[in-house]
Amino acid sequence: MSKSAASKLAEHVRRATGVDVAECYQCGKCTAGCPMARWMDVVPSQIMRLVQIGDDEAAARLLSSAAIWVCAGCLTCTQRCPKKLDPAAVIDALRELSYQQGKVPASQRKVLAFHKAFLKVVEKAGRMSEIPLTALYKMTSGDLVSDVTLAPRMLVRGKLPLVPKVVRNRRQMKRIFAACRKGDRL
Amino acid sequence: MTPLGYYPGCSDHGSGRELGMSVHALARLAGVELKEIEDWNCCGATAAHNLSHDLAVALPYRVLALAEAQGLAEILTPCAACFSRLKGTVVRLARSADLAARMRQVTGLEYRGPLRIINVVEFVNRLLAGGLKDKLAAPLAGLKVATYYGCLLSRGENIIEGDDAENPASMTPAVKAAGAQVVPWNFATECCGGGFSMSFTDAVVDLSEQILADARAAGADCIVTGCPMCHSNLDMRQLTINSRGRGPYDVPVLYLTELVGLAAGLGPKELGLDCHFVDAMRLLSRAEPRPA
Repeated sequence: MSKSAASKLAEHVRRATGVDVAECYQCGKCTAGCPMARWMDVVPSQIMRLVQIGDDEAAARLLSSAAIWVCAGCLTCTQRCPKKLDPAAVIDALRELSYQQGKVPASQRKVLAFHKAFLKVVEKAGRMSEIPLTALYKMTSGDLVSDVTLAPRMLVRGKLPLVPKVVRNRRQMKRIFAACRKGDRL
Repeated sequence: MTPLGYYPGCSDHGSGRELGMSVHALARLAGVELKEIEDWNCCGATAAHNLSHDLAVALPYRVLALAEAQGLAEILTPCAACFSRLKGTVVRLARSADLAARMRQVTGLEYRGPLRIINVVEFVNRLLAGGLKDKLAAPLAGLKVATYYGCLLSRGENIIEGDDAENPASMTPAVKAAGAQVVPWNFATECCGGGFSMSFTDAVVDLSEQILADARAAGADCIVTGCPMCHSNLDMRQLTINSRGRGPYDVPVLYLTELVGLAAGLGPKELGLDCHFVDAMRLLSRAEPRPA
């Protein structure tokens, strides 16, 4: 693979996050502490290594990995990195790229559907509320049956408001979303 | 006294309502006025920083700009997730003039900053130092508490101040002031699965169960938290965990503000104690008025 391709991914990550992945010496502390590592196809230290390699094959493997979507953003890796490299921010940057390029793997359909539903509700109303979010998530994820018994129990506890609260200045919300949208993807 | 700016966050209206209720109850008791930011919007939570870096900064930026325009200098953000997004944005904007310029362009709003963002633990500690400590008339003697910080009250460079990320202790003074005791345990800063409650429930069940199991093994009567996501994963999802044949667990999960409110003798309904999935009302019997 050409060297320019290799530097492209690392350079993108550096510009997006300020992290120079070349500094990573593969100690593996990020992976050791990662609570989600058991569900990852590529663990955090391997993610850092693949960004270092950064050729087409490495980029393809990273951007279509389940791991970057399985990351919970708990920041344990970032907290413990002896080089202060912020792997969590690197994963954020890779996830955005994966989404932009339409490479999210089918196994992560529900996770992506949830994030998209969440942002759609916020774009329309300015705030998240449980009923629109759950309805939209269930429609788009196909995950129809889970948790149906929770709804009445939330309702009696006042945890499922029937009237959502909204932002008055909807025009401003619209402008912000439009300005942040890249192509047709958010 | 100047009012303290207040950012309720979206879960205040629904799934996390006990947090806001107990924050307001304590503020009233301490005589602190909370001024809600007018027309605030969602901070973007986990979804925004998963899909768009710009949006993850722009949404909190609008909140900061509104607060500043409304004359607020300090914002209480009781939800740990909102706190992390709002304070993270303050820190990033202070670090990068380019980012600040871009956000001005994206939102059309002016924010000079820096505003001070405080979390629920800092708020409680401030009230206690300001005299609330002397109003805790019904101490929870002998109650054993596992203080759970999770991710967003323990980690984040320049976001969490004055505490040890690996062994945080900022909740300890409040628990002690409430007459209860902090148990040593191993999962105070482990992740509960956060925003995956619906989209990756298996992970939340596994991670949250470990937390419940360790709290129980440490002899805790309850877990105390400051995050609505953690609360819903540990409290509401305890039913899911039990229904999958694990446990069964029966561990009440309280917000720090509820615990302190109980010790202050506030009513359980005022604190939202009756909104929990795992019965928390039983802890009421632990609150005993101090002998005269």
